Order: sequence, then C-alpha cells, then structure tokens
Amino acid sequence: MHTSEFRPLDVERIRKDFPIFATEPPLAFLDNAASTQTARPVVDAMDAYYDTYRSNIHRGIYRISEQATEEYEHAREKVARLINAPRTRQIIFTRNTTESINLVAHSWGNANIQEGDEIVLTVMEHHSNLVPWQLLAQRTGAVLRFLEITDEGLLDFTQLRDLLTEKTKLVAMAHVSNVLGTINPIQSVIEAVHAVGAKVVVDAAQSVPHFHVDVQQLDCDFLAFSGHKMCGPTGIGVLYGQLELLEEMPPFLGGGSMIRAVERDVSTYADLPAKFEAGTPSIAEAIGLGHAVDYITQANLAAIHVHEQELLKYAHHRLKEIEGITIYGPSAPHQKAGVISFNMDGIHPHDVAGILDTHGVAIRAGHHCAQLLMKKFDVIATARASFYLYNTVEDVDRLYEGLCRAQKLMTRRKK
Amino acid sequence: MNIYQEELLDHYENPSNYGTLPHPDISHEEDNPLCGDQIRMDLLVEDDKIKEVRFCGHGCTISLAAASMLTEMIEGKSLDEVKQLTKDDMLDMVGIPLGPVRIKCALLALKVLKAGAYGINCWPGEEDG
Repeated sequence: MHTSEFRPLDVERIRKDFPIFATEPPLAFLDNAASTQTARPVVDAMDAYYDTYRSNIHRGIYRISEQATEEYEHAREKVARLINAPRTRQIIFTRNTTESINLVAHSWGNANIQEGDEIVLTVMEHHSNLVPWQLLAQRTGAVLRFLEITDEGLLDFTQLRDLLTEKTKLVAMAHVSNVLGTINPIQSVIEAVHAVGAKVVVDAAQSVPHFHVDVQQLDCDFLAFSGHKMCGPTGIGVLYGQLELLEEMPPFLGGGSMIRAVERDVSTYADLPAKFEAGTPSIAEAIGLGHAVDYITQANLAAIHVHEQELLKYAHHRLKEIEGITIYGPSAPHQKAGVISFNMDGIHPHDVAGILDTHGVAIRAGHHCAQLLMKKFDVIATARASFYLYNTVEDVDRLYEGLCRAQKLMTRRKK
Repeated sequence: MNIYQEELLDHYENPSNYGTLPHPDISHEEDNPLCGDQIRMDLLVEDDKIKEVRFCGHGCTISLAAASMLTEMIEGKSLDEVKQLTKDDMLDMVGIPLGPVRIKCALLALKVLKAGAYGINCWPGEEDG
C-alpha cells in the first residue's frame, strides 16, 4: 500500500464532485457495492469526447479519430498502472466483470478444461463468478468443488488444502465478498493453488475500487473488475491476464478489430489486446474509466480504505444498538471491506429498504446475486449497506434513524 | 403518501384467509425470483364460483397484504370474473403508488392466481410481452 504520502480524505470537497448530493437533506447513498455514483470529472471527460472528438477509434485517418484512439489507449495505460500490470496489453476492455469472467470461461476454459478436471469455487461467489463456471462444467464434463465458509463468513483455509489436488485446474474466487464484505486472503490462496499447478481467477469487482490491488504482488492469473463500481460509467469492465495465457488463448468474440487478415474460411487474429476486443468498444466509457482511475488515485486509495473502515466501525457500533438485528460476516472490521449485511427480526429486508427509502436512505435488499450464501445463512434475503469515499458519518446516522423507524412501524403491532 | 400506511400494515399483520385448504380444486405456488417472495394459493371451486380461498407464503408487507386483499376480493366470484382482473385492478386495490420493483410484489398474488386457475404464466400486465 502507498502509505508514504498518506492524507485523510477531504470528504466535503469530494462530495462537491457528485451533484446528486446537492439536495438538502442529501441523499444517503449506501448502495455502492451495486454501483457507485459517477464523479463529475468522469462525466466531463465523456462529454468532451461526445462534444468535440466523437469518432470511431483505430483505423480513422483523421485528427479526431486519432485523438479518440489516443484517449482510449491512454485509459488502458491508466488502468494498467492502477493494478500494476507489467504490460499495458494485458488489460482487456470488456463490458463489466461478468463479461470478463465469461471471456476467461469460454476462451481459456474451452481450451484447457477437460472432463474430470476440477474447478474450485467458494459459496460466497457472486453469480457472475459461479454461473460461467457451471456452464463451462456442463460443456466439458468438469466438476465444480465448493469451498465452504465459517459462520463468521471467513474462508475455511484447511478445507482449501484438502480440495486442491492434481485434478484442480482452476480456482475462481472473489477478492472481497459483495454480501459479507469479507476480504479473502487471496495472496495465500493463490500461492496454495499455484503449488498444485492450477490457475486463479480473481473477481476483484469489490476490491480494486476500494484499496490498492497489485496483480504482480498477488501473482494472479486473471483478475476482473467493473468501471461502474469505482466512480466510472456503466458498460466498461476490465480483464487482466498473465501475458503468456492471454497470448495462447483463442479469441472470445469474433468480428472487426480483432483480426489481422481475413480469408474466406479462416482468419488470423490481431495481437493483444485487440484480439479480445471485437467490434466497436465502449469508447466514451473507457475514457470515462480512465478519468475514474485518476479520480480515485488522486483521492488516494489508502485514504479511501481508511475512510471506509472508519464508517464501517461506526456503522457496526450503531447498528448493534438496535434490538433484534443480525449482522452477517466477520466481526473484526480489518477482515472486512465497507459492506454491512443485516436482517431485523420480523421485518422483511424489502420492507427495511422500502422504509429507509422514505427516509432518504438508499440501500439494497435481496439475495445480492449470491443465492448460495443466502442458503448458507438460511435466509431468503438480507438488507445491505455499502460505503464509498463520499459517504459520511451523517449517512450512517440516517441509516440508524431509518432502521429505528422501521422497527417502530413494523413491530409495535406484534407486542 | 407513505407506502407503509395503516391499511396495508393491517392486512400484513392480520391477513385474511391465511392458511391452506385440505382438498383444494386448484393449488398453485409461485415465487418472485427477484426477491424470493413466495405465495401459494388454494381454491375450492363450486359451480364455477370460488367458494373458498386460502393463501400462505412469505414475503414483504406489500406482497402479503396484496395477497390478503385479493383473497377477500375473489371469494364468491366466478372464475370468469376473476379472469378479467387486471394489473390496474390490483394496483387500485393496494391503493398506493409503487415503483417498478415493488409493483411485482403487489402483483405476485394475482400471478399465482392466474397461473393456477388459468395457466397464464406471465406477470399481470405483461400478457403481450
């Protein structure tokens, strides 16, 4: 972590970059694990593309197309620096984390997974890091193995050692759980997986936006994340891969831009990263993502992490004051990112979210695309609050007040 | 208007016709995959009229209150009459403004009824889609 120039977040100044908070009272937006607000400089950069150099990238022999290409590729360089990728061409632009994982499942998976091979997942995976592997297993006859978690929502590391065998070809795991907030010890997992010669796909959708992730330090084989969870626009995601793996992999989607030469029956393919970017990509969104990277880097990822930890500690402290509340996930904040999932006795999470909405507080309620985890905790759904750099202690207070109101409204009749 | 108003909360707290029937002519269960709410409806039909109805399940205030209201409304009505019930009838009955996600909560009971009694397997109001 870059701690040398640590300075705390200037949240008041940051909030000025998000016009949605300009109302009085401001919206308490606590659904950041689903999607964050977009920073004004990001929207401005996308507007500048649309207003002044809107054109397709690559082969355009005119000034604004060259400018669009430069900006698009510049965004790739920024993303590469953010996660410390050795080479810029190891950054593939996709639509989102889901598409990045599907790319690996199809391209690497179809070429490398055979009948009887084992793919290890955890029960805390988001459906985006589960269903693509189910489909791959169905296509190939591979077997899915699941790593369980403790009642506190932590990985069972002993079981991991038992699960990893010479049959294991791939482990796909969230860096941070989108429901529990659990920060998985991904580096130790990767070491253990590499010891049996298998590859690791890291779903980093909930980690890259919130703290510094270094792909060289982790030594992961693939890593995926989304722009819309880090102050960027929707429609742009990233896949990072080890160079030799990406070089060997066959294309995922075929079409324009990903070819070198096309014959009637066969084509040769472009070099990385173009090989995996068929068709006109999300140009404005990639440029926006580049500016989102600038934005969170300038705010300082270490400071963002500390800020979220403080909000999380405060939220734990306040929510525990409420009678009949169950909080899921690790109790020690340092094992956990800025996500707090909970239920209130006798109140459906949808009602919790509905009542909070009337109180100006936006949270998510449901299965959070993690139905295996809901089964593990024997619940149908949970309510979830999640934080980002612009959230304040006042947002947490509003959450607390809204929950008290929900409890008063929904449980007074049962007494 | 607050969506958590008295009438809805009353139905949620003391639902009408909650339970099951021992020998129903029609029994059907559906869930809302978005939120996991689940409702089962049992009907006793005599001379093409709904003689008795019960519902059970789990869900939020809106889905359970709407189910309770619907059972009150359809008891004694003919299957033909009930078949004509629309999404708007249901929303009028619930009587509060709802966003697109919560509308599905309000319509779940009607979906169960239509699927069970008539084999109509889409969300009310989406028959053309």
